[in-house]
Amino acid sequence: MNTPVSRQDETDLDGLLEHCNALRLAPAPDADLLPEGFTGMLGHFPVYFPEEIAHAAGLLPVAVLGGGNRLELKHADARMGSFVCSICRSTTELGLNGSLAGLAGFVTHPICDAAKHLAGIWARNLPEQLSEILYLPQNVNTPSVVRYITAEYQRLRGDLERRTGRPIGDDALRRSIGIYNENRRLLRDLYALRRDEPWKLSCTESYLLTRARTRMPCEEHNALLEGALDAIRRRSLRAKDKPRVVFVGGFCEQPPVEMLEVIDDNCYVTDDDLLVGLRWLTTDVPEAGDPIWALAESFVERSAASPVQHDERKPKEAWLMRMITESRADGAILTAAKFCEPGLDEQVAWSKHLDGARVPYLVLEFEEKMTSFEQMAMQVETFAESLLFALA
Amino acid sequence: MTTATLEPAAEGVPAAIPFDSRADGQRLMRDWYTALAEAPARGQHVANVFVMGNAVEILRTFDFQLVFPEINSLQTGVRKASEEYLRLSEDYGMSPDVCSYVKADVGLILKEHQHPAGRIPKAHLAIASNMCSTFIKWAEIWERLLKTPTFVLDLPGQRAGNWQVRPGDAQHAADARWVEAQMRDLIERCETITGKRFDMDRLAEVEERVNRMVFHWNSVMALNRACPAPYNAMLDGLTYIGIMNVYRGTAEGVEFMRALEEQLKAKVARGEGRVAEERFRLLFSGTPCYVSMRRLVELFETWGGVFAYSDYLTFAAGGMDAGELVYDTSRPLESLAEVTALAAQRGLSNQFFAHERLEQQIRDYGVDGIVFHGIKSCRFVSSGMADTRDYLNKRLKVPSLYIESDLIDPRYWSDAQIKNRVDAFFESLHQRGGGAPLAKAAAAATGGAA
Ligand code: SF4
Repeated sequence: MNTPVSRQDETDLDGLLEHCNALRLAPAPDADLLPEGFTGMLGHFPVYFPEEIAHAAGLLPVAVLGGGNRLELKHADARMGSFVCSICRSTTELGLNGSLAGLAGFVTHPICDAAKHLAGIWARNLPEQLSEILYLPQNVNTPSVVRYITAEYQRLRGDLERRTGRPIGDDALRRSIGIYNENRRLLRDLYALRRDEPWKLSCTESYLLTRARTRMPCEEHNALLEGALDAIRRRSLRAKDKPRVVFVGGFCEQPPVEMLEVIDDNCYVTDDDLLVGLRWLTTDVPEAGDPIWALAESFVERSAASPVQHDERKPKEAWLMRMITESRADGAILTAAKFCEPGLDEQVAWSKHLDGARVPYLVLEFEEKMTSFEQMAMQVETFAESLLFALA
Repeated sequence: MTTATLEPAAEGVPAAIPFDSRADGQRLMRDWYTALAEAPARGQHVANVFVMGNAVEILRTFDFQLVFPEINSLQTGVRKASEEYLRLSEDYGMSPDVCSYVKADVGLILKEHQHPAGRIPKAHLAIASNMCSTFIKWAEIWERLLKTPTFVLDLPGQRAGNWQVRPGDAQHAADARWVEAQMRDLIERCETITGKRFDMDRLAEVEERVNRMVFHWNSVMALNRACPAPYNAMLDGLTYIGIMNVYRGTAEGVEFMRALEEQLKAKVARGEGRVAEERFRLLFSGTPCYVSMRRLVELFETWGGVFAYSDYLTFAAGGMDAGELVYDTSRPLESLAEVTALAAQRGLSNQFFAHERLEQQIRDYGVDGIVFHGIKSCRFVSSGMADTRDYLNKRLKVPSLYIESDLIDPRYWSDAQIKNRVDAFFESLHQRGGGAPLAKAAAAATGGAA
């Protein structure tokens, strides 16, 4: 049995969470104050990016996750239609207002058409940065896909080598893979803890702890998670009468923290797809052999699912049902970011499926920039009550 | 690029009937809808494909009847029936903020496949490329609602600005290898679905016909560089690309394009334009508003404004006008992969770096202004549009107009507002000293710069 957490530990944990929240609110790290071993930063857009390659290049991977609900759009309104999702608009704002000027480059992905357009916006407005689309495949089922991804990763590797002026050795890549494997293990532990003892760690806290990786070297994040997990395990909190739910739809645009808090107030979130890109590879990447091949193969064989990745082996409804079953959830909260076409399409499919499977669910739409949560709180509260009533 | 010689009419096509691109185009589209409705009775296999990145060449070798769901959806708009389909799908749960083509198609499924043009058969296979990400979400809807087996054709696109890819270079070779592997996978699936063996010679035959169509098509596109422009890219051009898509790789398609080129060449030789007096040459960037396209074009033509080019004619016709896209029929499968990979980068996914193509086309077509049509239905064209406009305004100082409506949703068409904006645009063009086309035509006639 764990030793109960002391008041000091609890204060330390609170301090840690405060620190993580401050990191969330801050723009990209200062390019002049980079951690040792890093010569620059590489920005990347959701969902998944093979951070190991940037890490091995000595470029600090910085996930660009939009502007939250405190950023005022001064430039982006005139550059992107009002029908484009908030994360794309606020990312454009951050690019245009100079907040991301310290990045050596910015990589986006073919997750949706709005995200692909960010590469064009970068090419037109920040030509000094390396900006590109990493064409991760939407067909992961044709046998030679690993070979294609390997070629695409090698292309990225070459681009980063030219940018930094130094080669990325296989040994450096293997070392980075080892560090990230440790991170994957810790994140799995974090999620297992939420599944097994959700009263010890809220969804919001878990989100803040995970998101901290987007602003620090992975090795530092490993140490942070180790400490946090230790303190969380020793927390002496008791289970409350709250229903267990799975939260999906937060795979790209970030739901406001206030929204997660509203859900935490009423439910235990036993699994979610928040920051799923940081947890995309679900088990260890092989540390022997060709490291680029190992990363490419892992994208195909050891990966999660999301509405923006087609995979014949993983119908999204089946994936959701698996999350619900494995985390012993009583229901689901199906969200979608406003104007997010893939998310909105998926929300319909999920809800129809849950209707058929007789799993209770709540549909919510959010925007990263939303600031009012009263109505949402009422909806979540009513949903939680109905779940408890059904369970009684 | 223009054709040096014109081919004789294809065998079996009566030469005596004068070619009328509009009437003949409409007849071909009617024939296609009839063929669709009759496919189940013929026992023919049916495939759903999109207009960008679709491997039609392979499907034709297996005798698939092709359904183009985008065309079905736009036809609900053209036939003023879209609202019913859209409302049905919104009642089903689809968000108002997603592509209206997808919603019209969901409406079609909910209406038991009854389309204003006839009954649309259920597909045995769907191919969705990643060129427009919505294709994939759309195909997933068929997977769920109709159990349609889906093949996602992943085409590596343009990775960055100023991306130079040349046939045969290492990057192109790597991309083509991946596309070829998928083509081989697709062929196996087609063999399983149809019970037929793949025939390489038939693929070569289809490719030969596509080559001829593209040859004429490139010429048709180039002919509109003439002043006055012989056709309006956003009205007549829409009929042409319908044929480019639906009849790709067929004898009828070759003949239509051949006759079209011949007709337009003669028009150019006569100095005959689309409008009586062409005063402004314009470029249309974006997708059409099919519910009101004739009205929109009328608003421009009243001022003597003609759309000489539209990027829509490039990407919505498969991107095949982007240069060097000719199949080597001595190595049909390898060549199909190579050309598909090249078209994906030069003609389709370069939409994400639209300023590059537009900069070129502004010069090639000698345009006086650009009209950007932004729609929330189509984030493929619209998401970067305002920024592209800003960039081109600053760099090339080309006047531009930005209007918003929708592909087929009449609820987003505001006639008075759009008319006001169009009128104001032309007034500003006049103030800038534009609208003197005769000087351009005279310069063109004497070989000078327009
Ligand atoms: S929130 Fe949705 S639409 Fe926006 S970038 Fe992400 S996946 Fe694309």
